[in-house]
Amino acid sequence: MSRKETLVVVGNGMVGHRFLEKLVDAGGLERYDVVVFGEEVRPAYDRVHLSEFFSGRSADDLSMVSEGFYDQEGINLVLDEAIVNIDRESCKVETASGSIQAYDQLVLATGSYPFVPPVPGHERENCFVYRTIEDLEAIKEAARNSKVGAVVGGGLLGLEAAKALKDLGLETHVVEFAPRLMAVQVDDGGGAMLRRKIEGLGVSIHTSKNTKQIVDGEGAVHQMQFADGEVLNTDIVLFSAGIRPRDELAKSSGLEMGERGGIVIDNDCRTSDKNIYAIGECALWDGKIFGLVAPGYQMGQVVVDQLTGQGGNQFTGADMSTKLKLMGVDVASIGDAHGNTEGCLSYQLIDEEKEVYKKLVVSKNKKKVLGAVLVGEAEEYGSLLQMMLNDMRPPENPAELILPQTDGSSATGLGVAALPETAQICSCYDVSKGDLVNAVAGGCMDMGALKAETSAGTGCGGCTALVKQVLDHELTELGVEVKKDICEHFPHSRQELYHLVRVGELKSFNEVLEKHGKGRGCDICKPTIGSVLASCWNEYVLKDQHAQVQDTNDYFLGNMQKDGTYSIVPRVPGGEITPEKLITIGEVGRDYNLYTKITGGQRIDLFGARVEQLPEIWKRLVDAGFETGHAYGKSLRTVKSCVGSTWCRYGVLDSVSMAIAVEHRYRGVRSPHKVKMAVSGCTRECAEAQSKDVGVIATEKGWNLYLCGNGGMKPRHADLFATELDDETLVKYIDRFMMFYIRTADRLQRTSVWMENLEGGLDYLREVIIEDSLGICQELEDEMTYLVGTYQCEWKTTIEDPEKLKRFNHFINSDESDSNVVFVTEREQIRPATNDEKIALKQL
Amino acid sequence: MAQMPIANIQWTTVCSESDLIPNLGVCALVDGVQVALFKVDDRIYALDNHDPFSEANVISRGLVGDLEGRLVVASPIYKQHFELSTGQCLEDETVALNAYPVEVVDQKVQVSLASVTVEAA
Repeated sequence: MSRKETLVVVGNGMVGHRFLEKLVDAGGLERYDVVVFGEEVRPAYDRVHLSEFFSGRSADDLSMVSEGFYDQEGINLVLDEAIVNIDRESCKVETASGSIQAYDQLVLATGSYPFVPPVPGHERENCFVYRTIEDLEAIKEAARNSKVGAVVGGGLLGLEAAKALKDLGLETHVVEFAPRLMAVQVDDGGGAMLRRKIEGLGVSIHTSKNTKQIVDGEGAVHQMQFADGEVLNTDIVLFSAGIRPRDELAKSSGLEMGERGGIVIDNDCRTSDKNIYAIGECALWDGKIFGLVAPGYQMGQVVVDQLTGQGGNQFTGADMSTKLKLMGVDVASIGDAHGNTEGCLSYQLIDEEKEVYKKLVVSKNKKKVLGAVLVGEAEEYGSLLQMMLNDMRPPENPAELILPQTDGSSATGLGVAALPETAQICSCYDVSKGDLVNAVAGGCMDMGALKAETSAGTGCGGCTALVKQVLDHELTELGVEVKKDICEHFPHSRQELYHLVRVGELKSFNEVLEKHGKGRGCDICKPTIGSVLASCWNEYVLKDQHAQVQDTNDYFLGNMQKDGTYSIVPRVPGGEITPEKLITIGEVGRDYNLYTKITGGQRIDLFGARVEQLPEIWKRLVDAGFETGHAYGKSLRTVKSCVGSTWCRYGVLDSVSMAIAVEHRYRGVRSPHKVKMAVSGCTRECAEAQSKDVGVIATEKGWNLYLCGNGGMKPRHADLFATELDDETLVKYIDRFMMFYIRTADRLQRTSVWMENLEGGLDYLREVIIEDSLGICQELEDEMTYLVGTYQCEWKTTIEDPEKLKRFNHFINSDESDSNVVFVTEREQIRPATNDEKIALKQL
Repeated sequence: MAQMPIANIQWTTVCSESDLIPNLGVCALVDGVQVALFKVDDRIYALDNHDPFSEANVISRGLVGDLEGRLVVASPIYKQHFELSTGQCLEDETVALNAYPVEVVDQKVQVSLASVTVEAA
């Protein structure tokens, strides 16, 4: 093809962006120059998780665009520029600022807009909609001077919006026209249970309320007046009463429209103009608008296939089943949730104690699952959905599918083995069971790898449990023993060994080996069990029975470098250090001719110490008041901090004092891998806490706690775990988190990977740590208290013990140094000589 | 296992047997050569202290253990395993450390730089 065609995409929301990603993956840039117009100021972001903007996620966090995506050859992204006209005759679009762009193919992904009922007063100040980040910023600003907020609309989005108002600290009301919440997705019983749960969270629900007008309030900005004569005074009104397609552009250009709006498309997602496609919420297929992202993504795929000449794939409707968590309440709706199918049978379970409602709808002959409603607990969502989509036959007594089992486990459901390969497991990313099976066969052996490879479970997360079941099943099928043995000496995982050591009160490697292992051990199990013993009993690591299992770093209490010398890192809690101490470090560095470098964790690393020099160097440091920094250990490294409210004009809390307190608390605690923490004094986040295992950020209302972040090789943004904590609660949560991680992680598994593989993820972790769902929080705290109470500086203990010091010699029979350790000078400091340099030096 | 004294080779006394702690290596200087010594059960093994992968003299600081029945030490730098009795590297069959004969006379540990292959001859 000599000339590339021009593809113009109007709209850069979630569907528009995913369409482009798929186009790129399909090699579409070889055929098309792409011009994208977005009317918002920023590229596509995750609107599904918009309410998280109020619980701490920034606009950047919500972005869907990986860095550099739009910089690649062939995509021109024009933001903050709406398209106002399509000239279909000459195949050109016109922008709001008057420029003209020609197209060969045009894709409309203009999305939808929030419907605002034409109630008198709806345009008053402090009346908002809930759609864009700009809307949210305005709401946030208004909330500063507000006490009460009301959401008009008790549907899915309305409840999301109510959560946002709640997160902003407002007294929150939901006003719904229909007699129940989420009228589209759930039935009366489900709506009632949902209402009960949400009211339990402190949100007032007003159903069957028809807002007549909004006028000046009494003691508040507005008064909402309802048809039944009641009134509600509120400072903010948020309209979330459904969506309408953004179709005005298509309409003005004469494309065929639905009677009630929407751009009519066929199975190829083509509009009435053969060169124009429409996808997402602006498109009308078979008289229906699809207000979820997954169908929009499917339409995008269909258009990509059309444009790249692959054809075949058609849009034939989409399943609108959905599962979500609204203010912590699980809600799911599958298929014919209302039981509208003729002759269908339904089964209901109402558990008022646990506040759970479940309904199952099956066909007259009980051979098909038609739909379901789940409120308060939605574990069966995945299996029920699969049964419905794949026409799988329910058990003889279909009620078993939703009845709790007498042994306390969840309902029967079905085995993933029964699912066909084509069954779609992840609807956000259209991942089938077959895709997962292939990925496992291709080497993805854990959830982290499987998610990274297939993207399954990384959208809404609703399918995670099912993905895990497929993984486990496939591993078993492949004959891959799901073997968690740490090595040939122990038929146990690290987690099991931790348990055995703790419960059996085993105190040494040899005891553990004798009771639970075989052979002599190796360089895998020895340090692992050494670490587990230290995590449980916190004895001095060089005690005779422990010394032989320590890795060289732990054995010599330093970090071995490539030439066999060690580096030394004194602890500098919170990065705060006196000039006197800096001078001591400087003097030690100078006197022993050590290479000196500032670390990323706000301390100072001294390199090039020979093993025999370590004790004297540490004697000087300990005498000057330093402690070991455990830079060598699988344990807490540093707690980085910014200067905080004591000095900084933006700081809201004393981040340095908190960082020092946290560092003193967890110093020396041995864990499955190293642990890094940070405390920032305000949301400017200068301590980069969101890239740490434990990150703490000050807000005006208290500390926000982030968990399981990571920098380094595979960066992971920490998850916001809890907000507005006081000092005591913050430390309590970190105690519990640390001990739970220590209990359950694999060997050398950082918290980020641990979290990726944790079944139930962040919600589960919150249940364990905040709600104490396992009833172990007291234990966890007691264990941590014990570790804190038994802390010792290992270097102080070591230099006081002449027997231990004997080990710090290179030779057992000579006082000489290792002649192979040779340094040269670079930028006024030492560095290890290269082999060539060593040879040259010898010849001198 | 008893160790056979070997005739006609030069022995160097490096330390007392009691200086060696089971499963913990030490390094001895023998005629300018660095030798890593390990005591496992009642037998003493001697290998080059020089690690051919990192080119650092660190083998004595490795962890001792067994893999599929073979006694090994793991290099503390890049973690390759070397068989204590032969010096053979388990990860790369073309690499081996020298293994040296050791004997204990009057509780003194003696090492010879003659390669153990002499023992076999």
